[in-house]
Amino acid sequence: MRFTRTSKALGMVAIAALALTGCGAGGGSNDGASQSAGDPNKVITAYSNEPQNPLLPANTNEVYGGRVVELLFEGLRSYDADGKPVNALAESIESSDAQNWTIKVKQGQKFTNGEAITAKTFVDSWNFAANSKNLQNNGFFFESIAGYADVSAVTTEKAADGKTTTTPAPTAETMSGLTATDDSTLTVKLAQPEADWSLRLGYSAFFPLPSAALADPKTFGENPVGNGPYKFEKTGSWVHDQSISLVKNADYSGPRESKNGGVTFKFYTDPGPAYTDLQANNLDISDVLPSNALKTYVSDFQDRNATKPVATNSTLNIPGYNPNFQGEAGKLRRQALSYAINREEIAKVVFNGTRTPAKAFAPPVIDGFKEGLKGSEILKFDAAKAKDLWAQADKIQPYDNSKPLQIASNTDGGNKEWIDAVANGFKNNLGIQAEIQPFAKFAEVLNLRKSQSLPGLSRAGWQGDYPSLYNFLGPVWATGASSNYEKYSNPEFDKLLQEGLAAKTTDEANGKFNQAQEILFEDLPGLPLWDQAKPIVWSENVVKAETGWNGGILYYNITAK
Amino acid sequence: MVRFILRRLLQAIPVLLGTTLLVYYMVFALPGDPIAALFGDRQPPQAVIDTLRSQYHLDEPFWVQYGLFLQNIFTFNLGNDFTGQPIAASLARVFPVTAMLAIEALAIQTVFGVGFGVFAGLRRGGWFDSTVLVASLVVIAVPTFVLGFAFQLVFGVQLGWAKPTVGANADWGNLLLPATVLGLVSFAYVLRLTRASVSESMNADYVRTATAKGLSRPRVVVAHILRNSLIPVVTFLGADLGGLMGGAIVTEAIFNVPGVGNKLYQATLRTEGPTIVSIVSVLVLVFVVANLLVDLLYAWLDPRIRYDQ
Repeated sequence: MRFTRTSKALGMVAIAALALTGCGAGGGSNDGASQSAGDPNKVITAYSNEPQNPLLPANTNEVYGGRVVELLFEGLRSYDADGKPVNALAESIESSDAQNWTIKVKQGQKFTNGEAITAKTFVDSWNFAANSKNLQNNGFFFESIAGYADVSAVTTEKAADGKTTTTPAPTAETMSGLTATDDSTLTVKLAQPEADWSLRLGYSAFFPLPSAALADPKTFGENPVGNGPYKFEKTGSWVHDQSISLVKNADYSGPRESKNGGVTFKFYTDPGPAYTDLQANNLDISDVLPSNALKTYVSDFQDRNATKPVATNSTLNIPGYNPNFQGEAGKLRRQALSYAINREEIAKVVFNGTRTPAKAFAPPVIDGFKEGLKGSEILKFDAAKAKDLWAQADKIQPYDNSKPLQIASNTDGGNKEWIDAVANGFKNNLGIQAEIQPFAKFAEVLNLRKSQSLPGLSRAGWQGDYPSLYNFLGPVWATGASSNYEKYSNPEFDKLLQEGLAAKTTDEANGKFNQAQEILFEDLPGLPLWDQAKPIVWSENVVKAETGWNGGILYYNITAK
Repeated sequence: MVRFILRRLLQAIPVLLGTTLLVYYMVFALPGDPIAALFGDRQPPQAVIDTLRSQYHLDEPFWVQYGLFLQNIFTFNLGNDFTGQPIAASLARVFPVTAMLAIEALAIQTVFGVGFGVFAGLRRGGWFDSTVLVASLVVIAVPTFVLGFAFQLVFGVQLGWAKPTVGANADWGNLLLPATVLGLVSFAYVLRLTRASVSESMNADYVRTATAKGLSRPRVVVAHILRNSLIPVVTFLGADLGGLMGGAIVTEAIFNVPGVGNKLYQATLRTEGPTIVSIVSVLVLVFVVANLLVDLLYAWLDPRIRYDQ
C-alpha cells in the first residue's frame, strides 16, 4: 500500500487533533489471513448498492439487483468467463430451421425450497415475464417467441391535452409458441427464424421461477428462492440500504459451482469509502473504483487487481435533425468529426487504459467481431483529413458557426474530462467552437434525447445483455428500436439485421451483422469512441478473482484465503 | 409552563406546512423524469413507465401531488418510494442510526468542549489556554471532509484501530470515528463560547461574593461560574443538534453510515419528492423539539427566566 505525501501530512494533523481531544478510536482490528490455499467456507464481502426492484429475474435490469439475481438463479444456459454460452439446466438445445427449437431440460433439478424444475416451470415463468399485466422490465426479451404480441398487448389512450397513457391489455395468458411436451421437453416456436436466439438463454430474464414467485411476485422478490450457486442466508437477508447476505447453495450442481462459502454484498452510496475499506481489508472485492483512483489502483493494489476488456462501448451520437449534419455536407462533417477525435490518446491519458479505442460498433469480446470493416478507417485520428473533409463540406453548404457545437452529457462519473478532450480535438483540428453541455443527471439528457431536442451531440453507451453482435446493433440502431433515441433509420440496415437473424448458422448471421455495421460506418449516426475495460481490485483476503464477458465479477470463482 | 409548551408545539404546524410545501415544490421543479431515471440506457416497456407514473401520481399537477402527500402524512401512511419500499420503514431504519451518531457527537463536543473551555477560561492567557485556542482555530479552519478522510486513513487504514466505514454494523463503537469527526468542529465552537463566557463570569460580583463567603473553589466554579456561563453554550448546542441530525451528509458519505444524510442524498439523486419531504418533516420536528428543550433549560439555568406571562 502506498500513501501520498499529502495524505501523510493530513494524517499528522489528525493525530495532533486526536491527541488534543485525548480521545482514541476503538473498534475491531482486522485479523490478517495467513493460509495461502483457498478456504471454501469463507464468506466474501463485495461492493454493491441497494437494488431498485424486488429481486425477480425478469424485473431486474440494473447492475446491483442483477448481480444478486444471477447468483440466486440458474437458467437453461450460462456464460463462461469469455462469454461462451454453456448448457446449465439444458441437456440439449436443438433446431433444424432456427425457428422451431427443442430444449431438453435436465431432470432432478430443484429450487432450494424443494420444488422440482421441469419444462413446465419454464413455460410458466416465461409466460409470466412476457405478460404485460405483470409489468416486468425485461418482458421484451421474449419478443421473438410466437404469441408474444398477444400476451404483451397494450392499449394506448390519448388524453385531451395530447398526453398518451399506455396500459397493459393482454389478449392471451400464454404464448402460443411455448409448450411443455413432457416434463423434460420444452418446445419453442419463434415468430420467425433467429439463428442467435439460443445465445440469449443465459440472460436473467430466462431464469425459471418457483410457483410462489408467480403467485405473489412482490413478496417473493424480498426473499427470493432460486436454484443458483448461492441462496439467501436466511429470510430477511436483504437488509435494505445496508446489505444482502448470500451463502453457498450446497445442492447446486452446474457450471458455476461456488469456490467460497458465500457472498455478502455491502451497500455503498459512493465508491470512495469502499476503496478505503478495501485498503483496510474491511471489504474484499469491488468492481467500482472512484474516478480519482484510476491512476493509482495498480500501485495501491499490487498483485491484487485485474483489468479485462468487457462488452460495453461508448458512442457519440449525432442527431439526424441537426441541420449542420444533413445531406452530403453533413455526411462529410460526420466523418470529419470522427477523424478529429484522438481516441488512442484519450484512452491512455484520460482513462488510464481502462478504455480501448473502438474498432467497430461492437466491442472485440463479442463473438463474430471483425476488425477492419469497410469504412472503419474513420476511427483513426487524422487531423489533416478532418480539416480537408470539413473544408469540402463547407463548399457544399456553409457551417452554421453561430453557436458552439455542444456535447450533452451528465457530468458525474468522470464524463466531463473526456468530453473536454474531445471538444478540444474539434476546436483544434476543425477550427469550430465546441463545448460540453453539462447536466446534473443522466435522466435529463435522456429526456432531451427522447424528445429530440438536444442542440448538439450526445454521449451514449451500451452494455451487452447477452454476448451477441445483434445485441449491439438491433436495440440501438434498428428503426423504432427501444434504445434508438436519435431515431436513426435505414431500411437497408434493418433488412440486413433481419437476414442475419434468419440465418441458419451463427457464422452466416455474423456475416450479415458485419455487413450491417458497414452501413452504419457509411451513415455514421453515431461515432464509435471506445470499448470499456473493467478494473477490479480485491483485499488481502482474496487469492484470485476475475470478471466475466460483461464486466460482472464472477463471484462464484473467487477463492478466499 | 404547559401553555408555553403547547403554544410552541402549535407553532410547529405552520412551520411544517411551509417547509414541506417549499421543499416539495423544489423537488417538483427539478428537471428530468424520475421514472426514466430509474432505468438507464435500457428503458422498459412504455406500459411499465406509465403504470409507475400513475402509481406515484407523477402525471398529476403539483397541487394534487402535494395534497396527496399531506393526506398521506395525516393518515400516517407515507406510501412507497420509487424502489417500492415503504418510506415509513426506511425512515425507521435511518433515523435511529443518525440519532446515535448525533448523540455521540453531541456528547463528545459537550464533554470536551465545556471541560476544556472551563479550564481555558479559568486560566486565561496560560499555556493551556493558548494551546487550545490555536488548536481549535485549526479545527474550525479545516473542512469536515478533510478531517473525515484524514481520520479514516490514519485510524482506519494505517493504524487499523477502527473500521474505516460503518456500513451495516452501526453500533456505538463503530460510530465513534464518524462521531468524533462530526463533533470536532462544533467542539471548537463550544470550547470558545465556554471560555469566553467563563472568563467573563469570573469577574462578576456574585463570584467575588461567593469566594468571600468562603465557598470551596470547586463549588464556586461549578455552581456559580459554570452554571451562569452555560446559556450561550446551550443555545448553540440546541441549534447544533438539528444540524447534526440532518446536516451530516458529508460525514455519513465518507464513513458510509446508513443514516439520514445518505438516504437524503440518494432520494435527491432520484428526485423522490415524498421521501425527501418525509425526511425533512421529521427534521423540522427535531429542530422544534430541540429548541423547545433549550428554552426550557434556560429556566433551569437561570431561575429569573419565566415563561407564563
